[in-house]
Amino acid sequence: MNRHLISAADLSKQDALLILDTAEELAQVADRPIKKLPTLRGRTVVNLFFEDSTRTRISFEAAAKRLSADVINFAVKGSSVAKGESLKDTALTLEAMGADAVVVRHSASGAPLRLSNWLRGSVINAGDGSHEHPTQALLDAFTIRRRFGRGDGEALDGLRVTIVGDVLHSRVARSNVWLLHLLGAEVALVAPPTLLPVAIDDWPCSVSYDLDAALPKSDVVMMLRIQQERMNAAYFPSVREYSRRYGLDTARVGQLPEDAIVMHPGPMNRGVEIAAEVADSPRSTIVEQVANGVSVRMAVLYLLLGGREVAQ
Amino acid sequence: MTAEGTTWVIKGARPLGGEPADIIITDAAISEIGPGATAPRGAQALDASGLIALPGLVDLHTHLREPGREDAETIETGTLAAALGGFTAVHAMANTDPVADTAGVTEQIWRLGRAAGHCDVQPVGAVTVGLAGSRLAEFGAMAESAARVRVFSDDGRCVSDAVLMRRALEYVKAFDGVIAQHAQEPRLTEGAQMNEGVASGRLGLAGWPAVAEEAVIARDCLLAAHVDSALHICHVSTAGSVEIIRWAKSKGWRVTAEVTPHHLLLTDDLVASYDPVYKVNPPLRTATDVAALRDALADGTIDCVATDHAPHPVEDKETEWAVAAHGMTGLETALRVVQEAMVDTGLLGWAQVADRMSARPAAIGRLGGQGRPLAPGEPANLVLYNPATRETVDPATHASRSRNSPFAGMTLPGQVVATFLRGRPTVLDGKPA
Amino acid sequence: MAHAAHPAGGKPGTPGDSVTVPGQAGGAPAPGPQAHPKTVLEAAEINRALTRIAHEIIERTHGAEHVVLLGIPTRGVPLAERMAARITGVEGRQVPHGSLDITMYRDDLRLRPARRLGPTEVPAEGIDGKTVVLVDDVLYSGRTVRAALDALNDLGRPLAVQLAVLVDRGHRELPIRADYVGKNLPTSQAEVVRVLLTETDGEDAVLLEPVGTEPRPRRGGVTGRRR
Repeated sequence: MNRHLISAADLSKQDALLILDTAEELAQVADRPIKKLPTLRGRTVVNLFFEDSTRTRISFEAAAKRLSADVINFAVKGSSVAKGESLKDTALTLEAMGADAVVVRHSASGAPLRLSNWLRGSVINAGDGSHEHPTQALLDAFTIRRRFGRGDGEALDGLRVTIVGDVLHSRVARSNVWLLHLLGAEVALVAPPTLLPVAIDDWPCSVSYDLDAALPKSDVVMMLRIQQERMNAAYFPSVREYSRRYGLDTARVGQLPEDAIVMHPGPMNRGVEIAAEVADSPRSTIVEQVANGVSVRMAVLYLLLGGREVAQ
Repeated sequence: MTAEGTTWVIKGARPLGGEPADIIITDAAISEIGPGATAPRGAQALDASGLIALPGLVDLHTHLREPGREDAETIETGTLAAALGGFTAVHAMANTDPVADTAGVTEQIWRLGRAAGHCDVQPVGAVTVGLAGSRLAEFGAMAESAARVRVFSDDGRCVSDAVLMRRALEYVKAFDGVIAQHAQEPRLTEGAQMNEGVASGRLGLAGWPAVAEEAVIARDCLLAAHVDSALHICHVSTAGSVEIIRWAKSKGWRVTAEVTPHHLLLTDDLVASYDPVYKVNPPLRTATDVAALRDALADGTIDCVATDHAPHPVEDKETEWAVAAHGMTGLETALRVVQEAMVDTGLLGWAQVADRMSARPAAIGRLGGQGRPLAPGEPANLVLYNPATRETVDPATHASRSRNSPFAGMTLPGQVVATFLRGRPTVLDGKPA
Repeated sequence: MAHAAHPAGGKPGTPGDSVTVPGQAGGAPAPGPQAHPKTVLEAAEINRALTRIAHEIIERTHGAEHVVLLGIPTRGVPLAERMAARITGVEGRQVPHGSLDITMYRDDLRLRPARRLGPTEVPAEGIDGKTVVLVDDVLYSGRTVRAALDALNDLGRPLAVQLAVLVDRGHRELPIRADYVGKNLPTSQAEVVRVLLTETDGEDAVLLEPVGTEPRPRRGGVTGRRR
C-alpha cells in the first residue's frame, strides 16, 4: 500500500482486499463492551475538514479513537486563500504539531494530493471536490461483500452494480467505479446525458439513460444525491422531472431481483432520488453503511499507521 | 544606456542556420555580412563559431504586469527576461492595473520600456474600457500617442459581445490596427479548470471545452471578412481552431494566428498531479491538438509563436488547483521549446523559425524596425543561439521575478548566448550585458 | 542467506560462493536445504504430547467443565482444535474453542510494517467466569502471551487464564510461564523453532534450525516468527 490513501484508482486488488479483510476483523470491536484497541496509542490523527461534514468527520473520529489514537479536529471554513491562510501554511502547521495522519476533506479536487507534498504523515482523502472519496467506496464494497455473503479474501466477481445520479459532479461515483471494477463487479451508470462526463466511454463501466431497463439486471442499486443547484445550471429542467425519470420509488424497487440491495452514501434527499419507504426498507443498507464506515476507516488507519511503515 | 556607436564583429556565426559568416555591426545597423568580412579597427570581437544567428525575436503576447502587479513582474525584470530569451521586442498586454485603455497608461508603459533598455516594449491597447466588455476604449488616442499602439486586445477576457467585436474590427481600420482576440465563450467556460476530455472526467475538474474557443474564432473570422478588417487570434490551442483558421485563410480573409510554446509541447495529462504550474488559459489540450498545432505552425496556417508569458507570485500558484492563477512564464524558454518541438523534429528549419518568431510577429504588430532580415543596412537586432547544449530548466536561475514555468525540471536543448538591440548587446555570454 | 551462521566463507550472494568450503574450524559441512534443520519432534510425538496436555487440562480443571480453549493464530488455532477434540473424546462433552488474534495488542508494532490480522472467533458462550486456556505453538519471550492477556481483558473477565504450549524454548523476557508444556526445548537465540502442522503446512513436525534458514517448500507454509 501507498503511504497515502488519496484515490481508489491507486489501490491494487491486493490492497483493497487487505483493507476489506482487516475491516471484517475490526468490525467485531463495535460489539464489545470495551470498544477500544490499544494499537494506535501515541499516534495523532488530525481531521482537516475544509468542507462541513459532520457524519464523515465523526466516523473518522470514532475510528481513530477506537484504535486509541489522539484526535484533533481542525474545521476550516471557506476557501483558504479567501480567509488568509494558504493550504500550504495549514500543512506546515500540522507538520509542526506532529500529525501522523491527516484526514482531509476539501471542496477543491486535488487538494489532498497537493497537501501530501508538504506532509510527512499519511494523507487520507475524505472527499476532494468532484474527484474521489476512497473510504466511501471501500465501505460500500465492504457492505456489498457482507450482504452477498462473500468472505475473507473474496472479491465482488459477478455482481452487477448500478450507480444512478449526478455522476458528473460525484466523487463517490468515481471512487466506486474504479474500486468496484477492480474487485470484479460489473458496473453500470444511469443518468441524464447532462450529468455524465463527456469522455465517459473511457471509464470501465457501461452507461445508460434508462433506469427502468437497468433495474432488473442489478444486484446493487446505488443512488447518488442530486443537488437542487444543478437545476439552476440547466442540468435538468425540474426536480420533478428528475425524480420521475431517475428516482427510486417503491414501484421501481419491485423491478429489482429478489436479493438486490439499495445503497446511498448519504445524506439523502428523501422523495427526490429515493422514496422514504425505499430508504427504510430491508433492502436498504443505508444504516449499516454508517457502521461499516467506522470499521473500514479503522482498517485504513491501522494499515497506514499501525506499523513502522505502511502495510505490504 | 551605452552609446550606440560601438562596432562589433561577430565571427563565424551561422545566419539562419546556414554557412558560417562574419557579421559586422556599425552603429545600430548591420554593415556587412559574409564569410571573411573585414573587421574595422577598434571593433569588439565576438567568437560565434557554432552559433546560429537569428533576427531578434519579437513576442506578440507578453504580460509585463506593470503597472499594478509588480510583485509578479516589472517592466525591468520582464524585458530582461525577454532579452535573455533572445527577444528584441515584446508586445505588453493591456490587462494591467490600471488597464492600458488610455493614451496615458500606454505611454507610461512605453516610456518604462525605453528606460529599462533591455528590449523594445510595444504596448497593446485594450479593446474595451477596463476590459469590461461594454464600451470601446479610445483606440485613436492610443494610436496617436508616443506608444503608437496598433494591436488592441482584451486578452485575459474574450470580447464576447458580437456587436462590440464587429465595431472594434471596423473602427480599428482607421489606424491600420488589428484586434487580437482571446477566444473563450464565457458561458461555456464558467468555472472551467482544465481541458474538457478524458483527463478532466477522471480528475473531477470542470471542463473547458474546445468548442468554446472554436465557436468564437469562427464567428470572428466571419465578422472580419464581412467588414474587411484584420483579425489576430491569440494562443490557438485546438485542432478544430486550426481547421477554422485554415479555412478562413483559404478564403483570402485577413486572419492571423499565434501559438504558445507550451501548447506545442505539453498535454493535459500533466494535470494529474494537480500542480497549478500546469494551469493556464487556454488550457493544455491533448496530443492530437499538439500535433495539429505543430503542423499548422510548420505550414504557416499559424503565423507565429507568441509566449503569453504570464508571471505569477508563488502564493498564487502554491495552492489547491481551483484557486490557483492561470498562466505560465515563457520568455526565457521559448526558443528552446520551439527547437525541441519543431526544429529537432524536422518540422521547421532555422530560417522558418526566424520567420515565425521574428518577421511575421513584427509584421502583425506593425513594428517597423523589428523582424527585419539579417542583411546589410538592416537594424542590428539579432540573437546568437547555441543549439547544441541540453540542460535542465531551473526557474530559480531565471531573470523573471516569477518561477511558474511548466518546464521546470525538463531537459531542453539550446541556449541564447547573445542578444543585440540595435547594435548594442543586451545579453552576452548568456548573461545580461 | 544460508551462509549467515558461518563466520567465514564469503559474502552471501557472491556468485559461486556456494561451492567454496567455509573456513570454520572442525570442518562442518556447508548447510544445504535438507541437511541442517533438526527434527526435534516428529508427528507421533506431537500427537502424544497433545494427548497428555488434554489429560492434564482435564485433571487440573476437574473435568474441563468451564474451560474455553483459545488458540493464538496461526498455529495455536489448529492445536486448540486438536486439544478440544481429545478432551471431548475423554469427557464426552463439547469443549468451546476458538481463536484470539493478538496483532492489535503487540508491543513491537512499530518495528515492522503493519501486519495482516488473523481471525478472532470467540465462542458464543463468551469468556466471563470461564477458565480460558490460551494455546500457542511456541513460548519464547512471553510477549505474545502478554498481548493475549491484554486482549482477553478487553473481551471480558475470565475466572482464570492458563497457558498451553507445544514447545517452551526458554529465553523469557517477561514473568510469564506455561501451565501445560508439550516439550521443553533448550535453544540458543541463533536458532529458530519452526512448528509445522498438517492443517497449515501439510505435515506435523517441530524443527530446530539456524536463524535465516529458508523454509523448505511445502503447501501452505508460512515462516515462523519470534514469540
